[in-house]
Amino acid sequence: MRQNGRMAITSVRKPKANPLDFLEIDSRLSDEERLIRDNVRAYAQEKILPRVPDWFEQGTFDSRGVAREMGQLEVLGMHLSGYGCAGASAVSYGLTCMELEAVDSGLRSLVSVQGSLAMFAIWQYGSDEQKERWLPGMASGELIGCFGLTEADAGSDPAAMRTRARRDGDDWVINGSKLWITNGSVADVAVIWAQTDDGIRGFLVEKETPGFSAIDIHGKLSLRASVTSELVLDDVRVPAASQLPEASSLGAPLSCLNEARFGIIFGAAGAARACFEEALSYSGEREVFDKPLSGFQLTQQKFVEMALEVNKASLLALHLGRMKDEGTLAPEHVSFGKLSNTVAAIGVARTARTILGANGVSLEYPVMRHANNLESVLTYEGTAEIHTLVVGAALTGQQAYR
Amino acid sequence: MKICCLVKEVPDAAVTKRMDPDSKRLDRSGEKNLNPFDTHAIEAAMQIKEGGTPVEEIVAVTMGPDSAVRALHKAVALGADRSVHLSDAALEGSDVCATGYALAKILETENPDLVLLGQQSDDGECYTIGAVVADHLKMPSLTQVIKMDAADGKLTCERQAEYGYDTVEIDMPAVISVGDAINEPRYPSLKAIMGAKKKPLDTKAVADAGIEADRIGEGGSRTTVLALAEPPQKEAGEVIEDEDTNETVEKIVAWLDERKLI
Ligand SMILES: Cc1cc2nc3c(=O)[nH]c(=O)nc-3n(C[C@H](O)[C@H](O)[C@H](O)COP(=O)(O)OP(=O)(O)OC[C@H]3O[C@@H](n4cnc5c(N)ncnc54)[C@H](O)[C@@H]3O)c2cc1C
Repeated sequence: MRQNGRMAITSVRKPKANPLDFLEIDSRLSDEERLIRDNVRAYAQEKILPRVPDWFEQGTFDSRGVAREMGQLEVLGMHLSGYGCAGASAVSYGLTCMELEAVDSGLRSLVSVQGSLAMFAIWQYGSDEQKERWLPGMASGELIGCFGLTEADAGSDPAAMRTRARRDGDDWVINGSKLWITNGSVADVAVIWAQTDDGIRGFLVEKETPGFSAIDIHGKLSLRASVTSELVLDDVRVPAASQLPEASSLGAPLSCLNEARFGIIFGAAGAARACFEEALSYSGEREVFDKPLSGFQLTQQKFVEMALEVNKASLLALHLGRMKDEGTLAPEHVSFGKLSNTVAAIGVARTARTILGANGVSLEYPVMRHANNLESVLTYEGTAEIHTLVVGAALTGQQAYR
Repeated sequence: MKICCLVKEVPDAAVTKRMDPDSKRLDRSGEKNLNPFDTHAIEAAMQIKEGGTPVEEIVAVTMGPDSAVRALHKAVALGADRSVHLSDAALEGSDVCATGYALAKILETENPDLVLLGQQSDDGECYTIGAVVADHLKMPSLTQVIKMDAADGKLTCERQAEYGYDTVEIDMPAVISVGDAINEPRYPSLKAIMGAKKKPLDTKAVADAGIEADRIGEGGSRTTVLALAEPPQKEAGEVIEDEDTNETVEKIVAWLDERKLI
């Protein structure tokens, strides 16, 4: 009965599953959450997505420009309150990450590192002066932050870090280096975690501080539309006031990572959704053996498997988001979500890639770009193995890290 | 000055529209959105305000069921200062004339200097509400406006026409319906979206606005839908493969010539 694809005359509208929201998860969002989500989706799809393939190909990223744009949308540090931050719910923040990562994991990484790692560290562990000094500019995107925890020989085991800060009169002198630091060379302020005589502490190091330098890492095959750098700290002298006063152990940086991982749970679901949707529209138009590719059983099985994963990942993200807003979310829950959704998303991206055939390996389509990006997402913010160990410990009561 | 923007909640563009043969009306269930053309009207109001003309207030006005509150939230997120929701079971089934009358009655209580609206709604696509409202308010009206400058109580507008555009000067108060070429609506900021619920929203029933009951609803409508028919199936088009561009141009010219189109 469908006419012109748009209008039909029929007595009843039969309930029918929507391929793009099979489980009607949208109906579980509030009006405000949908407005926020739709707005970020529209902006990211219309204004950012067209620029991504070039960035990815050239291995560059307009961090400054994009940070300002994200600042105008007010999504930087959106889940924090005060100091120019919007004070949105965890679910709204998650949905934002979902839409950003549906465009590119590099875009979501910029926002995660800015809001959940750098800003959160200052917001949670900083002094009032530090908050006043940095947070409003970081929320507006005028100032960019990075988060330096990982080192060449200390990734999954950050307690093994070698970077040291020692007291010298009223100052601190920091020596060491950090590797794989997102936003590193573009950051105005680096949150640096270092060993001290009293354990791990956090420091705010300004870009121009003598002895501090950042070198970009080239040749990445993943997250190419994202700046990743090595930070070198060579007798970097900072005043006592640049130490984060409330951070007194490794627990502090780990709590920041927990915030950022929460965004990844939604983000990975967004990347998976983007791959699924691309494959779905592609296969409806692509004809093989004289009929649409989507009409073959083998293809349909792939779609069903992808739909199961995309919908489960979205449900899981929303569930964990609601728990976070209720205050019942434990770090083990976040590990569960990060592990489950990144593994699911990589699987979906690979399956979607096969459906696009040779076009699947091209940058003209987003699928392999997502698949490549997701390799980083699987590894950073705690590898899949580490999160497996976290959940394993939570299930059995026995830690198996060492 | 005070600007009222008429806005409407419409089925989302992605939803396949369906006519119900029993009620002979459009089925408006399913995903809905603020009529895209109306976002241009709000943006036009914002640009007048930000352009230096003192604007005391931008008020979003809608007539629609309970769910239309969502469209109003979006309208205030886009910049309107407050909103008015005319909602009453008695309004159900109103045709264009009845809807225009009811909206005009609400607008009378607001007494605006300028009424802006999208030139068409995504669902009804009548293009006429602006003219009906203007007639009731006894205000001059322009439709399909794609450029608008406000100064000294006057508006200078460019109005899209078949042959190009007309430049028209019009005294305020006036009713202007805008096309989507007039501006690029902004993306609201997060705080604007989150603040939307805090902006005042008046819900009014028919009686609150002195709307006469026999001029609205199905009974008060002067049009009656007698029958519905599917639009004729479009003929399959003819695809001209572009192998040699000169040849292709010739083929297209011949095709147009045959039909006396050039
Ligand atoms: C693009 C990108 C951006 C990044 N951005 C940042 C950033 O902004 N800030 C920052 O601080 N870091 C950042 N990182 C670093 C990231 O967090 C680390 O790479 C990650 O924690 C893993 O550390 P590693 O690379 O040293 O791997 P390793 O710790 O050496 O791990 C190697 C392998 O061993 C496994 N493994 C480790 N321990 C165990 C164990 N106990 N049992 C079983 N298997 C184990 C791991 O799971 C992994 O498979 C980024 C990384 C990438 C790729």
